[in-house]
Amino acid sequence: MADTALARSRGHARTTERERPPRRRRRPSPLHLILIPLSAVMLAPLIWMVLLSISTEAETRRFPPGLPSGVHWQNYLDAWHQGPFGHWLLNSALVSVSCVIGNLVLCSLAGYAFARIPFLGNRVLFVVVLATLMVPFQIVMLPTLIVMQHLHLTDTLGALIAPNLATPFGVFLMRQFFTTVPKELEEAARIDGAGRLRTLASVLLPLMGPTLATLSVLTFLNVWNDFLWPLIAVQSPGNMTIQLGLQNFQGQHFTNWPVLMAGTVTSQIPVLVLFVLAQRFFVRSIASSGLK
Amino acid sequence: MAVVAADRAAGERRSARRGGRAGGSGPRLRRADHLAGWAFVSPAVLLIGVFGLVPVVWSLLLSFQQTDLTSPGTWTGAANYQKMVHDPVFWQAARQTLVYCVLFVPITMLLAIPIAVLLNQKVRGMTFYRMAVYVPLVTSTVATGVIFSWLLNPQFGLVNAALGKVGLPQQGFFQSTGEALPAVVMMTVWGWLGFAVIIYLSALQNVPRELMEAAALDGCGRVRAFWKVELPLLAPASSFLLVWLTINALQLFDEVYVTTKGGPLHASTVLVYYLYQQAFVDFDGGYAAAIGSALFVVILAVTMVQLWLSRRASHYEGN
Repeated sequence: MADTALARSRGHARTTERERPPRRRRRPSPLHLILIPLSAVMLAPLIWMVLLSISTEAETRRFPPGLPSGVHWQNYLDAWHQGPFGHWLLNSALVSVSCVIGNLVLCSLAGYAFARIPFLGNRVLFVVVLATLMVPFQIVMLPTLIVMQHLHLTDTLGALIAPNLATPFGVFLMRQFFTTVPKELEEAARIDGAGRLRTLASVLLPLMGPTLATLSVLTFLNVWNDFLWPLIAVQSPGNMTIQLGLQNFQGQHFTNWPVLMAGTVTSQIPVLVLFVLAQRFFVRSIASSGLK
Repeated sequence: MAVVAADRAAGERRSARRGGRAGGSGPRLRRADHLAGWAFVSPAVLLIGVFGLVPVVWSLLLSFQQTDLTSPGTWTGAANYQKMVHDPVFWQAARQTLVYCVLFVPITMLLAIPIAVLLNQKVRGMTFYRMAVYVPLVTSTVATGVIFSWLLNPQFGLVNAALGKVGLPQQGFFQSTGEALPAVVMMTVWGWLGFAVIIYLSALQNVPRELMEAAALDGCGRVRAFWKVELPLLAPASSFLLVWLTINALQLFDEVYVTTKGGPLHASTVLVYYLYQQAFVDFDGGYAAAIGSALFVVILAVTMVQLWLSRRASHYEGN
């Protein structure tokens, strides 16, 4: 609502300033009448999450629900004291960032070789990598758990990092990119005596900022929001990621809505901030992952 | 992602065969090239092999064993598959997974098209409107589950309050056997709508402007131009979404785990939830692996349909 009012006043100010003919003045579009309720419906769950997190316990259980009487920040302190949210956030950050770095390095190397080095077995290996794209995670998770037992990684952060260090989609994305880079660029560097690794690092990678960023965003989101694998791979609270921690917290506080919601808000803040800051980027990543 | 990626690669393999591009045996192959190639791909390929390929075979082997996943199993032949065929809960889970897909996929797609068209207009504040539609996409499934447990709470939830306002009766949602699954559909549509909208919106933005201008010159109104020009051009996006959303719907787990735990009375038990329960509550890893194989076959079939559809589509483009 405020948005239309603002738009109207801004539009008005501009027309008087430049003294345009009145019929060219832009009225607020009637589309706002659909767009505003739509946004309200999409945002309502998140707005209520925040409202509940600052309510008293009684206020979350009255019917019909209403606005909180005041801001009870105490819920956040309670959540923070009752569950190691800081620790869980740190674990999630460690795991996600490790996987992002792993994917950037390993998928660049593999993607480059698949696109540019005609080594023996290139095509066969690439088809094998692509085939694994079609395998649903629920099939591989049971044996992966056994692999982790053999590697003595069960119930460690390592168990969460290892399976996501290099992803078939990352290899595919990088190979796609390297096939589009002109060969001449690379050949020039090679003639100047640079080795393959040097060419890759100093000539090719600087060109692929957007592709690397797409891969980073997708890897980060997938790993940060992953739930099923941490659920079965990790048991001790000290090794939980934020998603698993929050679910655990829900199990203990399912009747205490304000504290539970404060914990939920806490768990969402890092990704929400990232999203608001880099919205355009998220969107491009998701669009490019689906269609081209 | 998987399907489209594989599909694109298939197209490339075809063109590679004709053009003899990367990957083929070039005129001069030096040993250093082979070594460099293998050195560059081996870390990624090894990891993908260990965590993506070996487990597929292993999982198939597990499905013929009796195992709790922590100690070595014993071979039982096809016993797990026999059990599966005669297990009423398995069939209930399969049926409910199907019902979930049939509700979730079309609802998400049908809502996404008009919203994408709306978000493609030139209106002030569009950045905000788009953000509002996209933001559930980055909300984690656990947080979504927690929030909707309150919103859909039968006693004091917001949705029942809204229903009361317009004179509709109060619902049980997650606590009712008839409504648990539809409630999960509602929650996941909210979470996935932004994804479908992004795909449709990027397809709409790729519609050439000249095409719409030509339609307008020919006296075609905005509404007719949408039906006759834009909507047919959304077909590739729709076929991608149909498959991608279906594959993801078949793998539904997180939201069910956080809200209903498959209940009440198995009313929202879907295949992956049942698999999880068998493996980690009843410690029947072999049976869980057998359920996994069944799921894999279904997902593979959906993937094949997609490959077939897109090959047909590219034939049309070729002509």
